[in-house]
Amino acid sequence: MAIIELKGVSKNFGGLRAVDNVSFKVQEGEIFGLIGPNGSGKTTIFNLISHFFPVSAGQVIFAGTDITRLKTHQICALGVGRTFQVVRPLKRMTVLDNVISSAFLRADGMRRAREQAEKWLDFCNLTPYSGQLARGLPIASRKRLEIARALATAPKVLLLDETAAGLNPGELDEAIELIKKIRESGVTILIVEHIMKVIMSISDRIHCINHGQTIAEGEPRDVAKDPKVIEAYLGHGGGGHA
Amino acid sequence: MKSNRVALAALLGLIALPLVVREPYFQHLMIMVLLWVTIGTGWNLLAGYTGQVSFGAAAFFGVGAYTAGLLSFHLGVSAWWGLALGGVVAVLVGFPFGWIAFPLRGAYFALGSLALGEVMRQLATIWESFTQGMMGVLIMPTFLSKLPYYYIALALAAGSVLVVRLVLGSRLGYYFISIREDQDAAMSIGINTTKYKMISLSLHAFLTGTAGALYMNYMGFIDPHVVFSLHDISIMAILVGIVGGVGTVYGPAVGAFIMVALQEVFRSAGFGALEALSKAIGGGFMAGLTKYVSQAHVLAFGILVVVVIMVLPNGLVGDWRKVSRLFKRAS
Amino acid sequence: MEVFLQTLVAGVLKGGLYALIGLGMTLIMGVMGIINLAHGQMMMVAMYVTYVCFNYLGLDPYLILFISVPALFLLGVLVQRYTLNPLLKVESLLPENQVLMTVGVGMVLTEVARFIFTSNYVSVKTTYSDATFFLGGVSFSVALTIAFCFACALTGGMFWFLLKTDLGRSIRAVAQDAEAASLMGVNAERIRTLTMGLGAGLVAAAGNLLLPIYYLFPDIGGPFTRKAFVITILGGLGSTVGAILGGVTLGLAEAFGATYIGMEFEDMVGLVIFIAVLLFLPGGFKRLTKI
Repeated sequence: MAIIELKGVSKNFGGLRAVDNVSFKVQEGEIFGLIGPNGSGKTTIFNLISHFFPVSAGQVIFAGTDITRLKTHQICALGVGRTFQVVRPLKRMTVLDNVISSAFLRADGMRRAREQAEKWLDFCNLTPYSGQLARGLPIASRKRLEIARALATAPKVLLLDETAAGLNPGELDEAIELIKKIRESGVTILIVEHIMKVIMSISDRIHCINHGQTIAEGEPRDVAKDPKVIEAYLGHGGGGHA
Repeated sequence: MKSNRVALAALLGLIALPLVVREPYFQHLMIMVLLWVTIGTGWNLLAGYTGQVSFGAAAFFGVGAYTAGLLSFHLGVSAWWGLALGGVVAVLVGFPFGWIAFPLRGAYFALGSLALGEVMRQLATIWESFTQGMMGVLIMPTFLSKLPYYYIALALAAGSVLVVRLVLGSRLGYYFISIREDQDAAMSIGINTTKYKMISLSLHAFLTGTAGALYMNYMGFIDPHVVFSLHDISIMAILVGIVGGVGTVYGPAVGAFIMVALQEVFRSAGFGALEALSKAIGGGFMAGLTKYVSQAHVLAFGILVVVVIMVLPNGLVGDWRKVSRLFKRAS
Repeated sequence: MEVFLQTLVAGVLKGGLYALIGLGMTLIMGVMGIINLAHGQMMMVAMYVTYVCFNYLGLDPYLILFISVPALFLLGVLVQRYTLNPLLKVESLLPENQVLMTVGVGMVLTEVARFIFTSNYVSVKTTYSDATFFLGGVSFSVALTIAFCFACALTGGMFWFLLKTDLGRSIRAVAQDAEAASLMGVNAERIRTLTMGLGAGLVAAAGNLLLPIYYLFPDIGGPFTRKAFVITILGGLGSTVGAILGGVTLGLAEAFGATYIGMEFEDMVGLVIFIAVLLFLPGGFKRLTKI
């Protein structure tokens, strides 16, 4: 069944229509890629799902429940975790405390929260950093910290926003491994990504938008061949990312 | 833990102190210090740990004080009931305020809290039939000795520090600090930021209101300008927090000692020195100077604000490394 | 009806001066991102400058504008340069450090004024202080009308400066995004200093114009700081058009409050507006005007 469903979702910022009547269904257990050129509205869709701002029209459904009007923290509590494109660690807390803060959503008491946090730090290969302040981490580790923090809220769906951006090739492979590992643990993944190598190799299905509108959806091979997708990326000078 | 032992030793020392030092003037100063430990600690929980800087401690302090005073004045019950109720009423005042101000980000909370203090002061001034207006509220103190007040203030101060320690080791503390660090990130990990900011505000209001109620009982007299003072209460609370160390457990306690001591030095020693000087030199200028000098401690207070923020933005405890390095360099 | 018109006129005229106060505050808010809680105290200093020039040099209050405004510009620059700019470089847990610093500066200004001038009320009595003229049965205070005209001219000049000059554009650029402006070669620190000077200069003009019809004592700063932040909240933080609307609104509200409710509620009116805005129009007039 569809675990996340967008029904005709639109978002206006003043006169600008950032997202225009977008619909898609994310099936339970899959990795669903969301692609599009810069400024096409991908991150906005994430912000609409997790209700960082309200939708102008349409509905967001999570596992059969309408979450369109719920608040951000309620959506998280239902089981939708997310990361941010520009990482937002809780800077003056240690790496471990960052994850403990989010583990408290499910865990009762300090000891349980700490156990959970340590488990997810280990899962994301962050254990060596656990006592460090989050602001001192290198970028690749900060991205993993974001994921660990989101995972500690025990999400059913994880929204990953450009987790691979800014990583070197070695770190990129690690990131791909991590994403696959998360899926194996039973979490559905909705991922926004610019780096084609990543998105094409891990996604089960891909949804492509441009100027806030859907232009293609399907398996990675088909989407990559879609003339509208090629036009969107190459026709607007976005070829560098492909 | 080392800090635990230091804190325990300090507490034992404070329990024994009034038995050793029997000077009433000194005991009075210690009571004020302990009141400020309570207020500063409550402020720190909201500002230092939750990141919501309150410029409105006076609103809660005054409401607590007036609760105690008016209970006695209107209903004839003991003002000590205020000690139980002052904090609660302060929370009730804080609630609608937080409900309005917290959904707005940015400077609104700081400004709103400043305005809240002003609104309360104006109310207490204008609503004469209820508050006696500028006449203030006078009650008969229960005890002649300062000792009972001292120990109640000590219990309150120790209790407030304990509350902070308990909060920090729990979900509440983690949520507060998460909100301080990044509200959006906090929401994204399932924290109901408005709710937890409200809890933090309520703790601030409760501790400050209770301190206000104790102040009423101890001093026996309040008026709107004393208990709702922007400078003497709200700004003082911020200074106590900042001097000691924002976002540290014992910072406000240290800050309270320093600030009350400094205030007193400016108020009394500055006074005496100038007076002596004018007598020694004579002449119209010095005589004129001493005429205005009753205000000089406010000037000194203002300068202190400026200097503290410039030199120790994170306070003595927060900037401890910086401070100790200074001393090492000097020796 | 006559009372109503009279109140309306008084409110609008006073509102013109309030707009000037709010304009300075909102410029500082926009560029520095902080509320200047020494704003009214700076106005108080300007009023004392006017008072001294009038009493000891015998100058006309409107001529003194050419002294008080530059003097306060300088004071603003010094305050920014030596107390606020250094704070931007130290790392601190609370960004409100700067706001608190302005509180400290305000206290120092007030107490220094008290030291020099004592707490006594003083005023500047000119031949036109109490003069009025009538227009269709409604009386206009001459001094307040002149002040209103000056205020309009200064506000217009300020807008021209912000919209048409390079320096004005730099100020708006820093207000929008200091980091981006810095990358474009704007010296953000210099712009901040300049803005504080301008804000102080504007409020100085307001104080100077107000003095012939008002009174003066060191504690007058606090109430005007409060008025300034009510205006800014009402107009929307950082909005220049909003500050003008907010100033006039507050002037009107105070005038009507004083006429129809009672003089002692004058200060209360501002605070009630403040709360009402937070409740019903968070973001102030900026939400409506979008400027």
